[in-house]
Amino acid sequence: MNTLKKSPMSRDAKLTLSAAIIGLILLFIFDQSFDRFTMQIFKLCAINIILALSLNLINGFTGLFSLGHAGFMAVGAYTCAILTMSPEQKEVNFILQPIVPWLAQVQIPFAPALLLGGMLAGFIGWVLGVITLRLRDDYLAIATLGFSEIIRVVLTNAQTVTNGSLGLKGLPRFTTMWWSWGMAILITVFLVLLIKSSYGRAFKAIRDNEIAAESMGINVLGLKVMSFTISSFLAGIAGGLLAHYLTTIDPKQFIFLKTFDILLIVVLGGVGSLTGSVVAAIVVTIAMEALRFLDGPLNFGFYATTGIPGLRMVFFSALLMIVVIYRQQGLMGKAEFSWDALSRIGLLPRRGAKAAKGGR
Amino acid sequence: MDFQTFLQQFVNAFSLGSLYALIAIGYTMVYGILRLINFAHGDIFMVGGYLAFYGVSAFLMPWWLAVIVAIALTAIFGVGLERVAYRPLRDSPRISIMISAIGASFLLENLAIVLFGARPKAFPVPEFFATNFVLGGVHIATVSLVIPVVTAVILAVLIWMVHSTRVGMAMRAVSTDVEAARLMAIDVNRIVSITFAIGSALAAIGGIMWALKYPRLEPLMGIMPGLKCFIAAVIGGIGSIGGAVLGGLLLGIIELMTVAFLPELTGYKDAFAFVLLIIVLLVKPTGLLGKNQGEKV
Repeated sequence: MNTLKKSPMSRDAKLTLSAAIIGLILLFIFDQSFDRFTMQIFKLCAINIILALSLNLINGFTGLFSLGHAGFMAVGAYTCAILTMSPEQKEVNFILQPIVPWLAQVQIPFAPALLLGGMLAGFIGWVLGVITLRLRDDYLAIATLGFSEIIRVVLTNAQTVTNGSLGLKGLPRFTTMWWSWGMAILITVFLVLLIKSSYGRAFKAIRDNEIAAESMGINVLGLKVMSFTISSFLAGIAGGLLAHYLTTIDPKQFIFLKTFDILLIVVLGGVGSLTGSVVAAIVVTIAMEALRFLDGPLNFGFYATTGIPGLRMVFFSALLMIVVIYRQQGLMGKAEFSWDALSRIGLLPRRGAKAAKGGR
Repeated sequence: MDFQTFLQQFVNAFSLGSLYALIAIGYTMVYGILRLINFAHGDIFMVGGYLAFYGVSAFLMPWWLAVIVAIALTAIFGVGLERVAYRPLRDSPRISIMISAIGASFLLENLAIVLFGARPKAFPVPEFFATNFVLGGVHIATVSLVIPVVTAVILAVLIWMVHSTRVGMAMRAVSTDVEAARLMAIDVNRIVSITFAIGSALAAIGGIMWALKYPRLEPLMGIMPGLKCFIAAVIGGIGSIGGAVLGGLLLGIIELMTVAFLPELTGYKDAFAFVLLIIVLLVKPTGLLGKNQGEKV
């Protein structure tokens, strides 16, 4: 690499640009070549990236232990689904009791519906944040967990709005690869910028020491609420994508176990690392599919089972505990991906002498 | 609603409330010592129920023996869980230990699905508990009477233990200040183990009572009672045994009485506890009896 020549772009910018172009080309190839099953998993990876990043923003970067993610997803999913369903489809779905009249004729395109779903989730997150973020960490965990249970109970019982426990079926399959990965990339970029901004530094300051942050003039409660609101907004977006990915939603999907899945990704990736969350989201999503054989019949040669449903989740919960006990920092700790880090471990040539003297 | 119906509902509510109280005591004791929400408490409760079930159905023990064995095994199990999942993290950030607790809870649930099967099992209720009797026009199932009595006895024993024995004094010391307690030559690990043994034994008793009341065992049966009883402990003021009992009774009574008076809210029953929790935390974050430091365990 010739660093003596004056280049209009830094090495990092060049690398980032070429990585982005390669990424886009790869996405295009995947879109053309993946079969339906692989494509479904590939799309799920993107949705899980959004979920993991949004949970990491609140748990990892702001240091607030929230367990209410499933609730925010449910809000986003239901809002988006109800707004995009055609009036005919609503009539087919609401067989026990008809839908309330003011929602019966509503049908708007996917993009605004997704945005509205996210905004409603964000708004609820804001209200909940204002109420509960004064609480200490473990009380907050229980309050947010309780909130997500309340959402689920309301969804199950508000028959005329959500169709209760019957759920909503036959949603249009709007979540294409470009939608899911497009949103995932957009949100990743947004969060990287957010974390690098003064807001992000303030979040981390709150995480590391609340009292010190406050004495530095940081509006602790305001920023906590802000982080919580953004996180719930993103969870709502992911919920909307998930609804139109699965095409069927019901309140049971949004039980606490869903939050656990996301928490697993965040912890494995590293609490406080965006890179870790992205990598872990992809790995865990694929592993969850790849390890499905554990639930089926197994043959160890000397001993054969007839299929033990649940063994797969035993594996994942044990993995979570092992990571928490023996490697708390997860995959990445608080470290992030950077081109410099790649050079440091020898995967890239080192930066030119001139740049190194610049002292970063 | 006439007085008799009211009384009937109240008896049911009181019985459920005492059951909540029993489980909430276990939460409050563990929290008092370790400042840890033992998310797995509800699953220990489930394990207790299953152990009693297998004692009766697989090992053909008489029910009283099965109950004793189940309680003892669950207590040992709880101590083991603390050793494996919580002790290595005692000096870690609180979030880590909380994640470990959640992980333990899910591991137990999934293990239960694998080992016990996902299909619900019918709990064999001894004849004695299944009988009903009528008192002043109110139908009372024997088990509904047994639960408050058991809770009251356990409460009395625990209060005596915490206030009048050396172990209880050590517990109060550890709960107030771990480091200072260690300096006073208190074996903190031993006290934590004892606390977990008591808490898990209480969870097992709760699980067995629950199974007598609702004779249906499922691997996920502990989640809801677990959450609700933790909430009961918080409402009463976590760390306080009296508070846990008060919170449990309050929660049980509010839950059943609201449904009795406003049947259209039946579907929302499971949400009451959480609404109540948020209200209490906003009005009095320390819980109703939270100020009472003397009761802290």
